Amino acid sequence: MVEIDDLHERTLLAPIAHTGRGFYWAVAGLSLLILWGVLAYLVQFSEGLGVTGLHQPVSWGFYVTNFVFFIGISHAGTLISAILRLSKAEWRRPITRMAEVITVMVLFIGAGQILIDLGRPDRLMNVIRYGRYQSPLLWDATSISAYMTASLTYLYLPMIPDIAILRDRLGKRKLLYSVLALGWTGTEHQQRVLNRAIAIMAVLVIPIAISVHSVVSFVFSMTLQPMWHSTIFGPYFVVGAIFSGIAALIVAMILFRKAYGLQDYLKPIHFRYLGQLLLIMALLWFYFTFAEYLTGYYGAEPEEMKVFWAKFTGPFWPFFWGMVLCNFIIPISCLVSLSRHTIGKVLAASLSVVVGMWLERFIIVVPTLSFPRLPFPQGIYSPTWVEWGETAGSFGIFALFYLLFTKFFPIISIWEIREGREGVKEVEERLISYLPGEIEEKT
Amino acid sequence: MALWGMVIDLDRCTGCQACVMACKAENNVPAVGAKEAKRGRIISWMQVLTETDEEHHGEKTRFIPRPCLQCDDPPCTKVCPVYATYRNPDGIVAQIYARCIGCRFCMAACPYNAKYFNWHTYQTEKPGQNPDVSVRPKGVVEKCTFCHHRLQKARERALAEKRDFDPNDYVTACAQACPAQAIVFGDLSDPTSAVSKLAASPRAFKLLEELGTKPKVIYLSEGEGRG
Repeated sequence: MVEIDDLHERTLLAPIAHTGRGFYWAVAGLSLLILWGVLAYLVQFSEGLGVTGLHQPVSWGFYVTNFVFFIGISHAGTLISAILRLSKAEWRRPITRMAEVITVMVLFIGAGQILIDLGRPDRLMNVIRYGRYQSPLLWDATSISAYMTASLTYLYLPMIPDIAILRDRLGKRKLLYSVLALGWTGTEHQQRVLNRAIAIMAVLVIPIAISVHSVVSFVFSMTLQPMWHSTIFGPYFVVGAIFSGIAALIVAMILFRKAYGLQDYLKPIHFRYLGQLLLIMALLWFYFTFAEYLTGYYGAEPEEMKVFWAKFTGPFWPFFWGMVLCNFIIPISCLVSLSRHTIGKVLAASLSVVVGMWLERFIIVVPTLSFPRLPFPQGIYSPTWVEWGETAGSFGIFALFYLLFTKFFPIISIWEIREGREGVKEVEERLISYLPGEIEEKT
Repeated sequence: MALWGMVIDLDRCTGCQACVMACKAENNVPAVGAKEAKRGRIISWMQVLTETDEEHHGEKTRFIPRPCLQCDDPPCTKVCPVYATYRNPDGIVAQIYARCIGCRFCMAACPYNAKYFNWHTYQTEKPGQNPDVSVRPKGVVEKCTFCHHRLQKARERALAEKRDFDPNDYVTACAQACPAQAIVFGDLSDPTSAVSKLAASPRAFKLLEELGTKPKVIYLSEGEGRG
């Protein structure tokens, strides 16, 4: 038993102990993307938002789309991990850490989009000095900062025993790991306290996560604008967020599985389970989309219909039908049967959903603004290199931070894997306790 | 307390754009240049919207001069995260340029698209500008203020001359410039004022009234001149 544990520890610590050439190539590639983003932002900062494709009346574009998209991805993590932990799903063990890291990283990127979008980023502190609580943007700020705090705590707590392992086994960064390990020695008392804290955070984080994407949707639904002013937007956004979050999680899992040789930990069964979850979310997403658009269509208010037809057959049709293809048709056809080529199919579905959910956010933000109620001269929004650069840079920063995280901390929780193996007996007992009495006698 | 309002008679409007130009000169509204204009970034606090008449398609065009409608229940002020736009005690929806963070939420929320953004630094302080109106920097939202500085000036003058403030001393630049007298400005709370009498006309209507924004700009529909 001890030997197996040792072996696992070595495999999971390998990416931290040794760094291959692939890492440097990845960092170089991502740095190029980030450089593009930084350059774009510097130009925008000195020239003003005029360097983007935004105009009157489309005053929100890529940045707001990215904001909604990234905040949506952040629901991957914490929410999935919290639900799996609370429901005692044993297969969660190699997944939770990856999910939680996504949440924390992407939340900062998402909140950063608002800063990029501001005409006067130098006055950001006015939100605190003169904050008007009636504005949904203040609700966003509150909810997102609560989520940042909670998800950071929720990521950190289960890392403590692993950091102690790093402190004891790894030769380098002794000081960092000693401080972060908070004197963890693994006594029974410490374990009890930790498990309790993790359980409390898991419960806390779920309502906070749901509040986050609800208030993000309120930015749109609280206005009077056609196809924004909808009561379904809160839950619709939350469902979309979890949907895109699972997809992003699967993509990250498959990438690191390949890069760090984690085939032994992330088995096809994990992908099958997550694939099924993704399938359910795809159906749920379709249901919400159908309900939202049918309501608008049937009521046929002229202002709503202007935007509706712009999406279905007008200038936005490639985005709208691209969204339907990527969020529904491709994932459904990939995920209905997962008995063979599981990982390939799940990867295809997830990549498609990530693209599709970005399109969904875009198709919510831009068409409504493009068709004002009054007879205005209309212009179609098309982004410039600046917006593409910011978007590429944001993805780059996210991927780079994620990669760097795996170089400092184990991306799969070592102690939770060990606990899982040691707890097989306990799980067996728990399973037996679910069953009716006489079967217990048979076994 | 006066309730400042405006009546725009669509029957009288010739679409001459005198109100637009008067407004630009009065309020230091920048000319953004041909390149920016082509990209849809014209700033025009008073904008003459054109709409082809559905009944006489291609023959008749309606002109709708649209300032900020100074809603009594403005959708734009509620969403501003920093109180940079708010309904001031005179009932006018004001903008604080020095506080605006440029999030453009108010632009997204205004159903009349009366708000404009400074996408670039369109102008700096120069001689020839109206000294009563501050020049907006890049990255902030601006819009029609019912020439609020004129109200302040009229009040100060009354104070200096030791007399009561007369609502007739206050008129917006667009109303003053309209050669067809299509724009009438005044106190809606005074039933004897010209603007109140016109607002009570059976031709009176409000833009997108069904949204419940309670605009203080009232339009008089076409009819008489049409035959």
